[in-house]
Amino acid sequence: MDNRSSVEIFTEWDIVAARQLGRNEAKNSGFGTVDQARITTAISELARNIYLYAGKGKIEIDRLSTDGMKGMTIIASDEGPGIPDLRKVMEDGFSTSGGLGAGMPGVKRLMDDFKVESEVGKGTIITATKWLR
Amino acid sequence: MNSKMRTVVNEHMDAIIEKWIELMKEEKGERFFHFMPQHLVEKTSREFTALMTSNINEGESALNDERLDDFTEKVIRFGWSIKFVNKAIDNFASVVFEMLEDQEVITEQNLRIFMGVFTGWINPLRESIIEAYAVKWEQTDTLQKVALQELSASLIPVVDKVSIMPLVGTIDTERAKLIMENLLEGVVQQRAEVVLLDITGVPVVDTMVAHHIIQAADAVRLVGAKCMLVGIRPEIAQTIVALGINLSDFTTTSTLRRGMQEALSLTNREIVEVE
Repeated sequence: MDNRSSVEIFTEWDIVAARQLGRNEAKNSGFGTVDQARITTAISELARNIYLYAGKGKIEIDRLSTDGMKGMTIIASDEGPGIPDLRKVMEDGFSTSGGLGAGMPGVKRLMDDFKVESEVGKGTIITATKWLR
Repeated sequence: MNSKMRTVVNEHMDAIIEKWIELMKEEKGERFFHFMPQHLVEKTSREFTALMTSNINEGESALNDERLDDFTEKVIRFGWSIKFVNKAIDNFASVVFEMLEDQEVITEQNLRIFMGVFTGWINPLRESIIEAYAVKWEQTDTLQKVALQELSASLIPVVDKVSIMPLVGTIDTERAKLIMENLLEGVVQQRAEVVLLDITGVPVVDTMVAHHIIQAADAVRLVGAKCMLVGIRPEIAQTIVALGINLSDFTTTSTLRRGMQEALSLTNREIVEVE
């Protein structure tokens, strides 16, 4: 698929690279400034989670266009420890690292579609989509 | 064997350079050989070839460090990419090889030996040039990091009791720490009562950035001052709300100007026009 671009996350600066890519892609797809900020922030959260909890992983960005609908999908994947309790991480204020605990539920609210697949010891894949309207 | 090669290479240097420039001009996307003044191309090419042949002329491992540094610096300034330099080395090697074949220095019988000679000649060169490049990059990288550090987070006393910290650019863990330190130190030193944190220049406010700001504000409160968050752009306001970050503990305004007015009224002052 040539509508896909990706950034590997190893260091804190890769987070910046990932969201830069996301911002550019969002701009090119025709998203307005508010949605650009939403997408960029969502990427920032997901990339930071990879960096904090899995150590390394990948952020992929797909440009979608199906049935006249256009949009953007962020896929954050890692082979880290996985998420033991999915319901808990989606609660506001839950954090294992002393943070605000707003990241995961925040991303869900920032984007239109949101899906988490995680297996303990295997890794996590988070897919989040924003549609252009 | 090597001495014969040396003599032949030196004799045919001009032809080699010419052919090499020809080859390099064919490289895709290369602008140097097309747009630079002829004499500059000529000079740089001569330097390059001199560098390339320096270790056959002066014997193995006699690669002159200073000359190598000079050359690398120059090439980087011209904007040659490492890929291009690598290609230049390849092309040069193959031009020399062809020429030696034409001159019948290299024949079917001694081909194997010459392969060895070539490897022993080209590889150390390639390694040192790449090494020099890498060192150069690392230096630039460190310099820029230092420059960024210096730009980071200074607390500016604007009027009595009011100080401003303008934040510009990405906030990472290291900068967040610096912001906290400068903020607290500055507040005490400048005897500030109100501190304005201006985030107009921060491109993304995610939970981590927000967390750091909240912590900084809390710490400022502990040393007896009040922290205000100013310069919240509309799109940032929306993402903060979507993330569900609670900033209700401190005053926030959209622009620095409104923040300044607020800060003055908090310290029982206002700006009046002089008649």
